[in-house]
Amino acid sequence: MSKDNSIAEAKQELSQSNNEKGAETHLRTPDPNNSQESSGSLEMSRRHFMQFMLTGSASLVVGGSWLSSEEAKAAFAIPELGEVFDIADVLTIVELPYAHNLVLEITADNRVQFELPRLDMGQGIATAMAQLVAEELSSDYELTDVVHSDRRADRPFSMTGNSSTIRTMWGPVRMVAAQARARLITAAAQRWDVDPGLLTTENSKVLGPNGMQATYGELTADAARVWHPLVPATPKSVYDYDLVGQPRVRKNALDIVTGKQEFTLDIDVPGALPAVVARAPQIGGSVISWDGSAARSMPGVVDVVEISSGVAVIAETFNQAKKARKTLEIQWSNGVAAGRSDEDFRAELNRALPRSRRTFWPFKSHTATFEYPYSAHATMEVMAAIADVRHGKAEIWYASQSPNYVAKEVAKAIGIAPFNVTMHIPYAGGGFGRRLFGEAAIEAAEISKAAGMPVKLMWSRIDDMKSGRFRPMAQCAVRSTWLGTTPVSFKNTIAADHTDFGHGIGDALTAAGANVFPHAFTQIGFQTMASMPYRFGDTDHSLIERDFGVPTGSWRSVFSGLTTTSNEIFIDEIARSLGYDEVFFRRRYLDNRTARQCLEKVAEMGNWGRSMPDGHAQGVAIHVEYRSACAYLVEIDTTGDEPRLSKVFCAVDVGLPINPLGLKAQMEGCLVDAWSLMFRAGNHIDDGQVREHAFTDFLWARMKHTPPEMDVYVFPAQPGGEPGGAGELGFPPAAAACVNAYARATGTAPRRFPIGEFV
Amino acid sequence: MPFYSLMINGTIHDVEAPADMSLLSVMRDLLGITGPKYGCGIGACGTCVCHIDGVEARVCVTPVGSVGNASITTIEGLAQDGELHPVQQAWIDEDVAQCGFCQPGQIMTAVKLLENNPNPSDSEIDEAMSNNVCRCGTYMRIRAAIKRAAENR
Repeated sequence: MSKDNSIAEAKQELSQSNNEKGAETHLRTPDPNNSQESSGSLEMSRRHFMQFMLTGSASLVVGGSWLSSEEAKAAFAIPELGEVFDIADVLTIVELPYAHNLVLEITADNRVQFELPRLDMGQGIATAMAQLVAEELSSDYELTDVVHSDRRADRPFSMTGNSSTIRTMWGPVRMVAAQARARLITAAAQRWDVDPGLLTTENSKVLGPNGMQATYGELTADAARVWHPLVPATPKSVYDYDLVGQPRVRKNALDIVTGKQEFTLDIDVPGALPAVVARAPQIGGSVISWDGSAARSMPGVVDVVEISSGVAVIAETFNQAKKARKTLEIQWSNGVAAGRSDEDFRAELNRALPRSRRTFWPFKSHTATFEYPYSAHATMEVMAAIADVRHGKAEIWYASQSPNYVAKEVAKAIGIAPFNVTMHIPYAGGGFGRRLFGEAAIEAAEISKAAGMPVKLMWSRIDDMKSGRFRPMAQCAVRSTWLGTTPVSFKNTIAADHTDFGHGIGDALTAAGANVFPHAFTQIGFQTMASMPYRFGDTDHSLIERDFGVPTGSWRSVFSGLTTTSNEIFIDEIARSLGYDEVFFRRRYLDNRTARQCLEKVAEMGNWGRSMPDGHAQGVAIHVEYRSACAYLVEIDTTGDEPRLSKVFCAVDVGLPINPLGLKAQMEGCLVDAWSLMFRAGNHIDDGQVREHAFTDFLWARMKHTPPEMDVYVFPAQPGGEPGGAGELGFPPAAAACVNAYARATGTAPRRFPIGEFV
Repeated sequence: MPFYSLMINGTIHDVEAPADMSLLSVMRDLLGITGPKYGCGIGACGTCVCHIDGVEARVCVTPVGSVGNASITTIEGLAQDGELHPVQQAWIDEDVAQCGFCQPGQIMTAVKLLENNPNPSDSEIDEAMSNNVCRCGTYMRIRAAIKRAAENR
């Protein structure tokens, strides 16, 4: 069967399933802002049985084998193509054959462990997954653990990005947990010789008539021998959810506050020695010649080796390695951007933008060009990796958002086959897109191979800032033409340094059936992220890329952080120039119910339009992406030494919130990211080198730059709702709302960011 | 190489290290005490904050040779007899952490703030906490947790 047919049939299956859901009208869903119980019932009629495998007879392990395409189609809701289609849809489709190939284990000591083939880097997906598993399995949430899966070569497109984890994993996780529950019930029914239909499950126990009960741990060995469960393994209706939708503190909170949470460099890999690398001062420079004799004679130094990115020092401590690194004598080649600086890049981007055209009466055009700098990811945990490359095999510890891509790069760098690369995925100290790439893992593997011993590589903060990746420098030229109050067109043309998507979304697109030339991917990725929820006539977003050689990558919100941010600032300016109130103007032209609901909610929460003293103002903005929407309303005070937010209100609709507490955290984090990038922090290139060093000159927001009050409202689950993405959703509207408030308070029209650098 | 007997979290650790080696490196690389984190190595981000004789210290820029007989407390030593410090408990109750990498330093800084000022105002919290970076943007929850801990004392 061709891929197109299978997708078409699966879509049909989805529409049937939606019709079933649609038949229920009397249901109530929990309000995520309160801790209410849910009620109601809804039978889903899909019955699909999965294959499973045994690992000995000690415990039930569900998953681990492939679904037939028939089962896969039936079990999985394929999104509607065409109308709304984004990267998470692509990932969902390409993962379809492996979607349920997950590992969920119930151990004899009555714990549940789910192996998540994604990276929790603080965004809270492990906690949300634990809620989904415990909900579906009726397991005790406290006894339900989610751990990172090692790299799964059999899930080639597993990646953590584009706010896609909940969307891509929601279906498969529920299916796998429901399978496990059905087998546990069957095992109990056979043990007690009772009708399985009489059995229920609760808190990791199967309950039967006359007070009979057994824990999952007591049943797991028998459940592992159940071939065909005697009860349907049908996921619960969302209307029966108790735990999903309730606020939960992140699962590893206790480990974090007691210092027990392990990050990569906290892992004790026996024999792994500390290593650091001297890299070219200029971006893309390489070693011409080097002398490590002084370094070799330094105390504690074990080896000095050349690798593709520079010269590495291995020592007994990081302290010794760093000291020895300073004594290396290295002659470097010029970098790829030698002789070029920010001003050169700005001029080139500006030349790439279309020349402005005259508009003739009675039409009127509004135009603006917004400028954004390079911006580092600057994860709190610096880049780090542990590698043990010996006997033609590599074992890597690296907190990766795309383990299969990194494994391939590691294999290429050290000349072995990818199947000989094992990757463990530690918990990560922040990601924001940085970990889609794996330079540290590749370097560590090269060092380990050259020295013939396991090593743990650390980038210092300065290494991280000088040799890292950046959100590309960009200029957004927005132009909108109006005939009185009738919009005719709205166009946003972005000229930007090339965004590196080399980590494999392009492969996923190709596998999903799109015929994409590698270089065209950025364009397609750009279009999937362009969001225009207004009726503004002929709308268009286009991307013009230049390649300046500066290492770039996706940075939380990627293109939306440029397009929506610019659009929402510009829309405020149009509204004012046409004499409209900014909220009224948006409501008038909005073409999206969810966004309108979020806008109205923040306007109510923040009492939009209330009178404020001079130098104070409100600002508002919205965004629609990832099948979610949100709005921010902020209040700014520009009367102090530097502007500061005094209050922030946010309303977010993700269709079906799993953990509202974690969701709110994402909206708060996006606000701080937005303030940092729009008002304070950016990177500069001087003669092919990165100017900044650390948080001393990369001016990330601190406590004193944040709003004393912030309130996030989470819309409750919608009937028939499925979860949308959230991790990156808040950045663009938060950024625009902050700038809009500043513009209203100061009567200015900011064009260049971060504002703090240019006032 | 000099030899030190360091009192860390109530236990004496004997260690040989160069006098200018940072206490952070000594603890992390030689003693396996990994709660304090490396964030910048120049005392600018606060992820490594510990207490030395009851005083907040950025141990990434504290030479081990300067510590002497002082008593060092790391995040691992904050809970006493299995009971979380009220600040740790407040951090959980407010679900402060996202990635959590900076939180040991944030917590150690907040503990000192509250010892010196049991009921800090917003601007006093700003003052005390603004030398610590949180890249995930948990500042608003940190502020709430400090207030919660102050109330629960």
